[in-house]
Amino acid sequence: MITMEHVCKSYRIAKRNAGFAEACKALFHREHEIIHALNDVSFTIHDGEMVGYIGPNGAGKSSTIKILSGILTPDSGTVLVDGRVPYKNRIDHVREIGVVFGQRSQLWWDVPVIDSFALLKDIYSISDICYRQSLEELTELLNLSELLRSPARQLSLGQRMRCEIAASLLHRPRILFLDEPTIGLDAVSKLAVRDFILRQNQTHKTTVILTTHDMQDIESLTSRILLIGKGQILLDGSLDDIRTGNKSIDATVAELYRTYNI
Amino acid sequence: MKTIRLYLHYVSINIRCMMQYKTSFLLSAIGQFLVSFNVFLGIFFMFQRFSNVEGFTYSEVLLCFSVVLLEFALAEMVARGFDTFSGMVRSGEFDRILVRPQNEILQVLGSKFELTRIGRILQAVVMFTYGIVKSNVVWSLSKICTLLFMLIGGTVVFTALFFIYAALCFFTLEGLEFMNVFTDGAREFGKYPLGIYGKKMLLFMTFVIPYALIQYYPLLYILDRRTSIFYMLLPLAACWFFVPALLLWKFGVRCYQSSGS
Amino acid sequence: MKKYLSFFQLRFAMGLQYRTAALAGIITQFAWGGMQVMMYRAFYHTDAAAFPMTLSATASYIWLQQAFLAFFAVWMMENEIFDSIVNGNIAYELCRPVSIYNMWAARSIASRLARAVLRCFPILIVAAFIPQPYGIGTPASLLHFLLFVLSLILGLAVTITFCLLIYVLAFFTISPQGLRMVFTSCVEFFSGAVIPLPFFPDKIRSVMELLPFASMQNAALRIYSASIGTDEIRRAIGLQVFWLVVLTAAGKLLCRLAEKRIIVQGG
Repeated sequence: MITMEHVCKSYRIAKRNAGFAEACKALFHREHEIIHALNDVSFTIHDGEMVGYIGPNGAGKSSTIKILSGILTPDSGTVLVDGRVPYKNRIDHVREIGVVFGQRSQLWWDVPVIDSFALLKDIYSISDICYRQSLEELTELLNLSELLRSPARQLSLGQRMRCEIAASLLHRPRILFLDEPTIGLDAVSKLAVRDFILRQNQTHKTTVILTTHDMQDIESLTSRILLIGKGQILLDGSLDDIRTGNKSIDATVAELYRTYNI
Repeated sequence: MKTIRLYLHYVSINIRCMMQYKTSFLLSAIGQFLVSFNVFLGIFFMFQRFSNVEGFTYSEVLLCFSVVLLEFALAEMVARGFDTFSGMVRSGEFDRILVRPQNEILQVLGSKFELTRIGRILQAVVMFTYGIVKSNVVWSLSKICTLLFMLIGGTVVFTALFFIYAALCFFTLEGLEFMNVFTDGAREFGKYPLGIYGKKMLLFMTFVIPYALIQYYPLLYILDRRTSIFYMLLPLAACWFFVPALLLWKFGVRCYQSSGS
Repeated sequence: MKKYLSFFQLRFAMGLQYRTAALAGIITQFAWGGMQVMMYRAFYHTDAAAFPMTLSATASYIWLQQAFLAFFAVWMMENEIFDSIVNGNIAYELCRPVSIYNMWAARSIASRLARAVLRCFPILIVAAFIPQPYGIGTPASLLHFLLFVLSLILGLAVTITFCLLIYVLAFFTISPQGLRMVFTSCVEFFSGAVIPLPFFPDKIRSVMELLPFASMQNAALRIYSASIGTDEIRRAIGLQVFWLVVLTAAGKLLCRLAEKRIIVQGG
């Protein structure tokens, strides 16, 4: 179970103004502005839930994900994931989660995918039996049998993404964070990925938190939506709550952003 | 131990990656060899003109240079991940490391294993052999131990400097090239026995950054200019330098976690 | 603890960005220069008679070398140009009505000047304040200084035409990486960047001085402190002009050959 209570996080960013004169000034005196990425954010996610975390860019999504994965420490508030504070017991916490960064690869580029998997087995200290079972299951469900022996750089984006997702699930994490998992994928791959994630949630009761701009992903996968804007949770409900009339999901969300002025 | 096995697994995957690009590997190794060969030629030609420098002969200087080169090449081979850490922070790769249930240091070490340094290692060994043959060093068990300690201490000190560089990357990604002065610079500076540069430099390099403890003083012991066994153990004492480096690194990681890159 | 951390970040982040980069570069070069001067001082203490020029002239050589590093550093070649040759983008450039050779030349001059201007003045100023004989000495005379400037400009031109030749040669080899590597090491050695040319044994030095590499930085640096006589100055500058002409001619010729080859092969 994931609980966030009154979490706040601000950043100090150096202000950079345009123009040559400003650049010269910047050599001698740097101005700063404070960005409130998270402003009293609270929510609870129960085991086995599939949550869509949406909001415009700069709303605080990646800060939340970083805090939940233990990469970032909040300024104030409490965060508990399965009874642990993520940033305090990093190694113990991280053992139970899986993260897929859509735009960054975790596979070694020049060696066969299976070699990357073997290294992950050692990193996560997965037992031989568990590893074999996971690998069999993931290979079958994601259709990886021909891909495993190819180096990652020879795979298409869709093929690579399937391997990335498999890599994040080898150690059977209880919680899976997906950051733009279907970005750049063709329609067939997108459906395959969505289908697989749904199956994982059903069989293994994996909690899934999905951040994405692709509303079809949200529609097909999640039952609950958290809308974050300007550092605050503006909406915490289901898709049905926000749907009005026969508009497409994208139009609905655009309308939502307008309503909340984000 | 499991950690060592995991590290060796990292090393093996690094080497396998490198083997995919055999020409590039070969060219890199040759390139590095050429660079340090130039340095050797510099020493060679200086000694065509001068018979000694502050009492150190050509073969003694070769001995000194080869040990420093070996120490540096070993440190670079193993700790290359720290040497190129700015790239890891810039690309967000360090976030990935924080999401894995292993010690960050182990992961950064494992991210790069630079086998191309083998070119320099070979050159160092050749020069060292030449230095031994030509110099009048009378070898004994204690002197061999001294040499071993020099290698260990030297690799530790240079690795510590890479740690410091990497730690600084957490605070700023620009303007860190001055750290080269302490790593590459030390290697260049260290091609001659450090005593020739004067008393003040020697003091700095004994107490602030312990270069003299891994090069000069044990060298004096090997060349029979000092006989106290104290000099033999000094390179191990130089390992103290790793403590502040490690603390700075840990501090840097904590700052990174609170500022989110 | 958290407060202390953010306070610390405050200090560090405070305007440490751009000026640090320039400052760091200058400190690095300064350290390298200083180390070399200390090394030569040690040799001077051992055997001053074996020095081919005064310690002050040697120190001036070293500091000027550091100050104008951006002019003469052959390894500072443009990666973009090599990349464009390797992946074939160069074909687009060839379609334009501008000579590729001249374009590359313009780029090289611009980038080297830009890099040098930022670094040379701080280094020269600080080195001028270092007590003699370890700092930069004053030039031997006004005439020598003017000749130095002339030789410096010629040296820059020779360096650039040499680099352009290497770019052109990259058209003909499979691996520009290897080409670049071998040439960079050679040039470093023969141009006096490893140890100043005067320190080489006389016979070897007289041969080296005829090569184009000696016409890059060595000529100008020696003229500055008048460590060579008038006849030799004339010869050095003459050689610089000679190599400038030869390298430019060779570069342009090979460039034309390469263009023909590419057009025939179809890119």
